[in-house]
Amino acid sequence: MFQNQQKIISNQYPTWKYLMLVVVTVIGLTYAMPNIFGDDPAVIISPAKSVEFNADTQSQVASVLEKSNLSIKSSVFENGSFLIRFNNTEDQIKAKSLLKDKLGRTAVVALDLAPATPAFLQGLGAEPMYLGLDLRGGVHFLMDVDMEEAINKAYKRYIDEVKGALRAEKVRYLAVEVEGETLEVKFKNTEILQAGMKVLQTRFADRFTLTADETTAAPRVLMSLSAATIAETKKYALQQNITTLRNRVNALGVSEPVIQQQGDRRIVVQLSGVQDPARAKEILGATATLEFRLVEEEGDPYRAEKTGYAPNGATLYKFRNGRPILLKRRIIVDGENVINAQSGIDPEQGSPQVSVTLDGPGGRKMLATTKKHVGHRMAVLFIENSVETVEENGQKVKKRITTKDVINAAVIRGQFANRFQITGLDSPQEAQDLALLLRAGALAAPMEIVEERTVGPSLGKDNINQGFMSVIVGFILVLIIMAWRYKVFGMVANVALMLNLVIIVAVLSMLQATLTLPGIAGIVLTVGMAVDANVLIFERIREEMKNSSIQSAIYSGYEKAFVTIADANITTLLAAIVLFSFGTGPIKGFAITLSIGIITSMFTAILGTRAVINWIYGNKRVEKLSI
Amino acid sequence: MSIDMQTKTINFMGQRKLAMMFSLFMIVASFAGLWIKGLNFGIDFTGGTLIEVSYPTAVELKKVRADLTEANYGEAMVQHFGSAEEVLIRIAPREGLNSPQLSNQVLDALSAASEEDITLRRVEFVGPQVGDELTEDGALAVLYALFGILIYVALRFEWRFSLGAVSALVHDVVITVGVFAWTQMQFDLTVLAALLAVIGYSLNDTIVVFDRVRENFRTMRDGSPEEVTNTAVNQMLARTIMTSVTTLLVLMALFFLGGEIIHGFATALIVGVVIGTFSSIYVASATALALGVSKEDLMKAPTEGVDREAEEAELQRAFLEQEAKREAKLAKQGKKLDDEDEELK
Repeated sequence: MFQNQQKIISNQYPTWKYLMLVVVTVIGLTYAMPNIFGDDPAVIISPAKSVEFNADTQSQVASVLEKSNLSIKSSVFENGSFLIRFNNTEDQIKAKSLLKDKLGRTAVVALDLAPATPAFLQGLGAEPMYLGLDLRGGVHFLMDVDMEEAINKAYKRYIDEVKGALRAEKVRYLAVEVEGETLEVKFKNTEILQAGMKVLQTRFADRFTLTADETTAAPRVLMSLSAATIAETKKYALQQNITTLRNRVNALGVSEPVIQQQGDRRIVVQLSGVQDPARAKEILGATATLEFRLVEEEGDPYRAEKTGYAPNGATLYKFRNGRPILLKRRIIVDGENVINAQSGIDPEQGSPQVSVTLDGPGGRKMLATTKKHVGHRMAVLFIENSVETVEENGQKVKKRITTKDVINAAVIRGQFANRFQITGLDSPQEAQDLALLLRAGALAAPMEIVEERTVGPSLGKDNINQGFMSVIVGFILVLIIMAWRYKVFGMVANVALMLNLVIIVAVLSMLQATLTLPGIAGIVLTVGMAVDANVLIFERIREEMKNSSIQSAIYSGYEKAFVTIADANITTLLAAIVLFSFGTGPIKGFAITLSIGIITSMFTAILGTRAVINWIYGNKRVEKLSI
Repeated sequence: MSIDMQTKTINFMGQRKLAMMFSLFMIVASFAGLWIKGLNFGIDFTGGTLIEVSYPTAVELKKVRADLTEANYGEAMVQHFGSAEEVLIRIAPREGLNSPQLSNQVLDALSAASEEDITLRRVEFVGPQVGDELTEDGALAVLYALFGILIYVALRFEWRFSLGAVSALVHDVVITVGVFAWTQMQFDLTVLAALLAVIGYSLNDTIVVFDRVRENFRTMRDGSPEEVTNTAVNQMLARTIMTSVTTLLVLMALFFLGGEIIHGFATALIVGVVIGTFSSIYVASATALALGVSKEDLMKAPTEGVDREAEEAELQRAFLEQEAKREAKLAKQGKKLDDEDEELK
C-alpha cells in the first residue's frame, strides 16, 4: 500500500547493446573453437626448387602409402604440395622416411602438425593459436653477420679492378692494398699520382671517396667506400646469408620455417616442431661452395648412370630433378671467385638471365678456358658439406655428408672473362633461384650464432600441459572465490570472466600472434586481474546501498567505478606496451596476452556484467540484492 | 554523501611513520643484499650456455659432474631441475666454442658416459654481446615504464600523486629485486618481465586508492588531508584485499603447476603483489601526504568536467525515475515494500 520514497532507477540496456554482446560472444566462440580440435600428425611434401609435381608424383606417393600399410587419416594435394594426415606420430615418422627415400631430392618431405580444424571453421578463416617454439618444440637461432669482414672483402674485390683501370691507362702504380677501412694506392711520385688520381676519379668516384696524401714517402691515394656503397654491401651480405640459410632449411624438411632479418646485421631462424634439434644445428652449420666445370659431351650420362662407370676424366652428377650429366674433373673456378650473381632480363631477347661477376683471378681462368671451348657446355655444381649424426648399428656416429647438385648447364657462346650472362632460362623464377644459389655458394661474410634457444619436443609438450593446467586451476579458484564473496553478482562476473577467456583465445587465434609460455602466464595473470574491475564495481555497489535505493546503487556503482577502472587499466596497459617494445621473443608474448587481456576484460567486466545484471535486476522492483 | 562512521575504520595513516620505517628497512636490506650477494644473473644477461637434459631414471649429480669433467667441462655448473631425472647444466662462455657445437658436444659426452638414453630438453645459448644488449634493453624498459607512468599520473592527477605512485613502484621493484638477491634465485628475462608486470599491478592498486582520495577530497566538506586519505584507504580495503587474493591465487597456481621454467616469474610476481599491496596503502598515499597534497590542488582543473558529468548523471537519473514511476503505476502492484533496504546484504 505504501510506497517508500526510494529513488527508482530502472537500469535498462538498449537492445543494441545486448545484440552487440551476443554478436561478440558468437564471434569469440567461433574463432576460439579451432583450438579444441587439436592437430593431426602430418607429412607435407613440397617440390624442391625447379621441380613441379605431376600425375607421376601423385601415383608415386599413393603407391608408397598403399604399400606401407600405415593408417592414413586423409591425403590432399593442394597448391602444388601434398598434405597427408596420420592417426599417430609413429606412422607419421615412418611415412616420412619412406616418402623421402622414394622421392629423393626432388621433394622436401617435412613433418608437421596440421590443425584438425573442421571445414566449416576453415571456411571462416578460423585457425587455432600459433604456438611458440617453447610450446611446440623447436630451434631458435640468432645469427650475427660479420659486417667488418664483409666490408673488408668488398675492398679486396676492388683491388683487381683498380689495378686493371690504372694499367689500361698506362699509369704505373707501386702497390694497391687494403689498409684498415681504406684502399691504399701507392705511386712513385706526385706526377704519377696526379695522373692516377684522374683515372681513379673517372672510374670510381661514384663508389669511393678519394683523397690524395702526398706526405708519405710514396705518395698515395686513399680510397674509402662511400656510405651508400657500404650500406649496400651490408644489405647484400645479409641477403646472401639469408639465402644460404633458406636453402639449408629447405633441406631439413621443416614446415613453416622463419628466416628473417633482425636489425641491420642479424638474422633470426626459427624452426618449429623439429624432432631432432641437434641435427638441425648441424645442417644449419653446413658450408656450401660452387664449382664451374665443363660438361663432358663425349659420354652418355644415362649409360653411365646405369653401369655406374663414368668415362675417363669425367664424373657423373645429377641435376636436382634427377637428370644425370657428366662433368669434366677439372674445376675452372669455384665459389671463392664469384663476386656477384644477379637475375635480370636479357636486353636482346627479353628472356630471363643471370649476370655473374667473378674476381680478377677467376676472370683470367675463365678467359683461358672459354677461349678454347666456345660451343661447349659449362655447368655449375653446387656443393654442400654438413656434419650429421646418424645411427649405425644402434651407435650414434658423426658423418660428414656432402651433397653435390648440378644447378645449371649452359652453352658457352663466346669467350668471356670476369663478367658473363647465363641465358636461356625458362622463367624469371628460375633465374632468381639460380642467382640465389650462385650467391649462396659464395658466402659474402661469415656468420656466427650469437643466441640459441632450443626446446626439445618433450619439454614443449610439458610446457603446454603445465601452462594449460595452471590456467584451468587458477581460473577455477577465482570462480570459486568470486561466487563465494559476491553471490549472484559473483556468478555474473564469472560468466564475464569465461567470456573474457574465450575472447582472448579468439583474438590470439585471429591475430595469429605467437603464444609462448610467458604468454600463458600473461593469460593467467589477466584472469586474476580481470576480476578487479568487477571487484571495484561490486564493492562500490555495496557501499552505495547504504545510502540509496537498490537500483540507484547499481547504477552509481557502475558509473563511479568506471573512471577508476579506466585509469587503472590504462596505466597497466602502458607498462605492457613498454614491455612489448623492449622485450624480445618470449617476453613479447607475455606483453601481447597481457595487453589483449586488459582490453577484453574492460569490455566483459563492465559491459558484459552490466548487461546481465540489468537483465536480472533492471526495470523491476528488487527487494534484495544477492551481493 | 556522508561517510559511514559505524564501520570500523583502521587508522592506516596514523601508523604511517611505522610503515615508513618498515619500508626503509626493507629497501636498505635490499640494497645490502645487492651489495653483499649481488644478483644471480641468468645466462640471458651473462651470456653462456644452458643445457637441460632428461635421464629416464633418477640420476646423481655427482655422476653427471664426473662425466662432464672427463669430457673437459669441469667448470660446468650442474643442478637438478624440477625432478631427480632432469639435470640443468650451465657453462660459461668459452673462447672459440661459443656456438651450438658446445651443446652437441656436451650431449654427446653425456650420452657416451651413460648406458641410458638421454634426451635433450632445452638448450639456451646467449652470446656475451647479446647478453649485454638484453641487460641494457631490460634496464631501459624499467626506466621508460616508470617515466611513462610518472607522466600519465601527473597529467591525470597531480604531480604529488605522481611522485607518490612512482616512489611506490620503485619501492616494489627494489624490494622484489632484493628478495632475488638474498635468495640467490636466478634472475633472467622472465623475472624482468614479471618485474614490469609488478609495476603494472602495483600501479593499478595505487591508482585505485588515489582515485578515491581525489573523490573524497571533493565530497568530504571537512577533514584534514590525512583523514581524507585514511577514509579512502579504508573504503578501498575490501577491494584491495579481494583483488590481491584473486591475483595471488592464480599466481600460486602458476607457481605450483606451471613448471620449473616459470618458477622465477611466478615468485617475482607473488613477492611483487604482496609488496605492491602494502605499498599502495602506505608508500603511495603517505608520500603524497608528505609532499603536502591538499584539497585545493585537486579542486582546480578537473572541477568543470566533473560538474558536467554529475549534472548529466542527475538528468538521466531524473528521467529514469519518471519512467520507472510511470511503469510502476501501470503495473499497480499492491505489494508491500520494506521500508529499509539497509537490511539487504
